[in-house]
Amino acid sequence: MNANIQSSHHALPGRPLVGTLAIVFIVGLVVIDTVQSAPINPFAAPPPVALGSGEAPTGAHCTQP
Amino acid sequence: MSEFKAMAATRTGLILFALVLVFGTFAMTGPRAALLMLVGLGFGLVLEGLRFGFAGPWRVVITDRDSRGLIAQFLAIGITAAVVFPLLAAFPEELGGAHAPVGIAMIGGAFVFGAMMQLVMGCGSGTLVNAGSGNLIALVALLGFIGGSFLGSLHLNWWTGLGSLPVYTLQGIFGNSAGLWVTLIALAGIGALALSRSAPGKRMPPARLWWAAALIAVLAVLNLVIAGQPWGVVYGLGLWGAKLAQAGGVDVAATAFWSLPSHAERLDQSLLTDVTSLTNIGLIAGAFLVMRWRRVPDAQVVPISGGSWVIVLLAGLVLGYSARIAFGCNVGAFFSGISTGSVHGWVWFFAAFAGSTLGLKLRPALLRPAVASGTVATA
Repeated sequence: MNANIQSSHHALPGRPLVGTLAIVFIVGLVVIDTVQSAPINPFAAPPPVALGSGEAPTGAHCTQP
Repeated sequence: MSEFKAMAATRTGLILFALVLVFGTFAMTGPRAALLMLVGLGFGLVLEGLRFGFAGPWRVVITDRDSRGLIAQFLAIGITAAVVFPLLAAFPEELGGAHAPVGIAMIGGAFVFGAMMQLVMGCGSGTLVNAGSGNLIALVALLGFIGGSFLGSLHLNWWTGLGSLPVYTLQGIFGNSAGLWVTLIALAGIGALALSRSAPGKRMPPARLWWAAALIAVLAVLNLVIAGQPWGVVYGLGLWGAKLAQAGGVDVAATAFWSLPSHAERLDQSLLTDVTSLTNIGLIAGAFLVMRWRRVPDAQVVPISGGSWVIVLLAGLVLGYSARIAFGCNVGAFFSGISTGSVHGWVWFFAAFAGSTLGLKLRPALLRPAVASGTVATA
């Protein structure tokens, strides 16, 4: 799909604008999430690295049912 | 301002953006989240900067008998497996693999995913990378992907109920050491088969892909060591869909999937505490950084017809849905599944590759370029 386009009718926004829109979408998502989610408790943060922590992984993954 | 000064200012801003992203995450969520954001950024920088992908290389294996990208993928998976198999064996309490059952829906989902990823020219990671690097088709597909992953989570139990085997791993079948050797030999065998069928000059990856494969492997191992779980994409996107649906008034917490304790916790907690959300965000940001860092950004995609935009959105939806019921995409199932010994990763690969052949036939029939007077497209 990579091609040089010259059109007066169907020119799409350039990559910098679309990339910025993607970043804006992520920022908006995080803001919406921050409003509705439980506040983050920094004192309950897990150890920096799971390996050697002695704790079982608690994250979720797409291979989980 | 001269062009040089403008570029220097842009790049300084990009470095600041990356620093704010990582240190902001650290300040809000803690060191593990910041490290995972850094890993995600690394994935984005490598995938976009060195143009390492999954959907594109599969396409050219079929259309051009070009196996260079596929060989690089196998190399990355093999390096990762060589490190991860011993780690999983030594630290079973702290680290987990991407292990899932083989089932009817899983196979069908992988096949459909393979078809759709050729339609939108983006897999799980590819859609994120392409959206971050300003590809408009990918951004539209990403919105569908998020919705599809969420919808798939709502129906996952029904699909898995169609028939599913227990979870099998190569470690479980052959033992840790032999399981790793079986993985490496299988990768080498399929790689050799692909090489033997490739056109001259389209066999050995260029140096760029060797570096990319090594760096992706390092990042994948870091993902496992830091998070305790392998690199994934789809869960985070499904969670984003669940969060947006919740914000829209849907009682997501009452559904069968999202009421399970592990998922209910993710739904309740901030996205910035979710492993795959962090690496997904970092991945998009990393691709954005590379795109803006370039002196001249790549050209935008070819304009497509109005109907084709609807098809892209629907294909993204199906992409997300099928990845969810297939227990992962090219990252969670193919890359992480195989590199951590899951048999479902191998089955996913064969099913998705078969689906890709269908997707390549569908693509020209379903995606039509926009036609307008004065339009000149040069490939």
